[in-house]
Amino acid sequence: MGRYLIRRLIQAVFVLVVISAITFFLFWATPANPALLICGKNCNAETVAQVNATYGFDKPLVVQYGQYMQGLVSPGGRTIGSEGNERNCPWPCFGESYQNGIPVWNSIKDAFPATLWLALGAAVLWLVAGVMLGLIAALRKGKFIDKLSVGLALFGVSFPTIVFGYLLLYLFIVKLNWIPFPDTANAALFSVGPVKWLQFYILPWITLALVFAALYTRITRANMIDTMNEDYIRTARAKGLDERTVVFKHGLRSALTPIVTIFGLDVGGLLGGAVITEQIFSITGLGKFSIDSVLSNDLPAIMGVVLFAAIFVVLANIVVDVLYAVIDPRVRLA
Amino acid sequence: MTESVTSAPPADTRAGKPFLEVKDLQVHFPTDDGMVRAVNGLNFTLERGKTLGIVGESGSGKSVSSLAIMGLHKGSKAKVTGEIWLDGAELVGMSVPEMRALRGQQVAMIFQDPLSAMHPFFRVGDQLTEAFLVHNDAPKAVAKKRAIELLDRVGIPSPDKRFFDYPHQFSGGMRQRAMIAMALMCDPSLLIADEPTTALDVTVQAQILDLMKDLQKEFNSAIILITHDLGVVAKMTENVVVMYGGRVVESGNVRDIFYRPEMPYTWGLLGSIPRVNRSGDGRLKSIRGTPPSLINLPKGCPFQPRCDYQEHVEGANCSTELPELLQIGQEQHRVRCHIKSEERRQLFTEQIKPSL
Repeated sequence: MGRYLIRRLIQAVFVLVVISAITFFLFWATPANPALLICGKNCNAETVAQVNATYGFDKPLVVQYGQYMQGLVSPGGRTIGSEGNERNCPWPCFGESYQNGIPVWNSIKDAFPATLWLALGAAVLWLVAGVMLGLIAALRKGKFIDKLSVGLALFGVSFPTIVFGYLLLYLFIVKLNWIPFPDTANAALFSVGPVKWLQFYILPWITLALVFAALYTRITRANMIDTMNEDYIRTARAKGLDERTVVFKHGLRSALTPIVTIFGLDVGGLLGGAVITEQIFSITGLGKFSIDSVLSNDLPAIMGVVLFAAIFVVLANIVVDVLYAVIDPRVRLA
Repeated sequence: MTESVTSAPPADTRAGKPFLEVKDLQVHFPTDDGMVRAVNGLNFTLERGKTLGIVGESGSGKSVSSLAIMGLHKGSKAKVTGEIWLDGAELVGMSVPEMRALRGQQVAMIFQDPLSAMHPFFRVGDQLTEAFLVHNDAPKAVAKKRAIELLDRVGIPSPDKRFFDYPHQFSGGMRQRAMIAMALMCDPSLLIADEPTTALDVTVQAQILDLMKDLQKEFNSAIILITHDLGVVAKMTENVVVMYGGRVVESGNVRDIFYRPEMPYTWGLLGSIPRVNRSGDGRLKSIRGTPPSLINLPKGCPFQPRCDYQEHVEGANCSTELPELLQIGQEQHRVRCHIKSEERRQLFTEQIKPSL
């Protein structure tokens, strides 16, 4: 187990290095010119050269990449800025934004809580809704409730998030006035209290959860129908167990195993930001941050957000594999 | 219809009633394609301590009948009619909670493939104790002790350690033993074994069958053995029911079926047993054609489309008239065939027996 984890973590680091290299060199392969972006309106050859020297754009790309990675690897971070104006960028140093000079790590730290709340709340919502609907549908297969939930799932999968989100926003905030307009200040649970916090997040949660809930309904239903046809379910009934024990202890346990995998990966993916939902409800999370970074060709910010999101995906993969081995005794970690 | 096999003289029966009596059992499944008539009028009786073999190819209604006795069709779409009397209680009309109290307790079942029949996520020991605890209000330690005892009894080495293993850590033979131990947890008086040795290799098969015989003596339980393996039937049973297309086509004691079979389908089954010392070109005789669709059963004899002996029928039409299951001779040997009994005997001795 310990050796397995160490090997997986080394693999994870390798994956992250590859991702960082791809992102870095892909960025420079585009016609973007950060020096022009930084020097702003009164650009001439002299100021551009100055910017190039300050940011190290005049050095070979490999050297620039090495310097960037040094900030992530070396415990002391690295030194950035022009000569005479040098400052330390402490570990983990993702550099400073070309756009506004703010250290990228600080921006990520500021944006992450909103993304975390959004992802976790939505995850709880879609997991509960999806599994319950799927379970009921499977147990009442062919009945009205089954057809209803399959229909709802189809609706959920095919309804574009951006339309659904704006629809909710228009209906409950603009038209009915049940919920105040989203105010970024309310994203922080501990400073504004649970009521405002809930009001801020409830619509984003529903928006984000819709597609996932629909998918999980379908997966749970299909898995549960398969499982209830298994021989070991017949064995459980033949023992004289009551139907509740058969369904929940013997059936659901097997049916939910694949869900654990998907759930881990989905949540891991969302911790890197939910772009559309954050955009609709003006949540200043990682999704919004990454959109802004990409639109403004802000390389340090792009690198930062890509790597940060990738860490969660890679970790989620490891967690899911370990969990799977815990749930299913047939799976051996090797 | 009067089809029945009596396993033993009614010696230890209450008020002359057999321990298990199945009367005109019918199991039909409505499907989108039509009604699947899986079992059409099954009758047999069985006493404690005796073994009844139900033989037939896939889809002949063997397993469906046994599931009906377990009441496992209740709550599904299957339509079960007829009567099943077990120790004075009628099972077909019994409510689900009542049936549940019997399952595992009085009637237990050994399933065909123990790998898929045991839950992969639970320890073997826990699956055994669960079977005990559901019917007995006893502490877990008692259940555990009983489980280890039974695992030992069915021949699993170091059962106190194996108790904590998962099914996938057992070999095929050990899983089947564990499955048998699980079925015996509550001392059932009726044990239904659905192809208990089909998934096992022959040496293990012999061990398992011996074990079942020993346990039967020990617990005086009645066993219904469902199989398509006539070798197993010969070794284990006193009486045999041969099923085809959801109907009994021949029944009797095991010697009648093996030495004096009269139904062409039984001949076919006997002819398809592989034998090391078989003479001739060494090819197995298969029964031509395929089993009938249970949705569109032939109007007459269910075996008619595959029967090679129809020219011997006089005064009846195999494709339109269903022959009755009639008793022949003195014993409980019954046959469903339009061919006259004398002629069947002659056919068997002249044409079939030499090639067996």
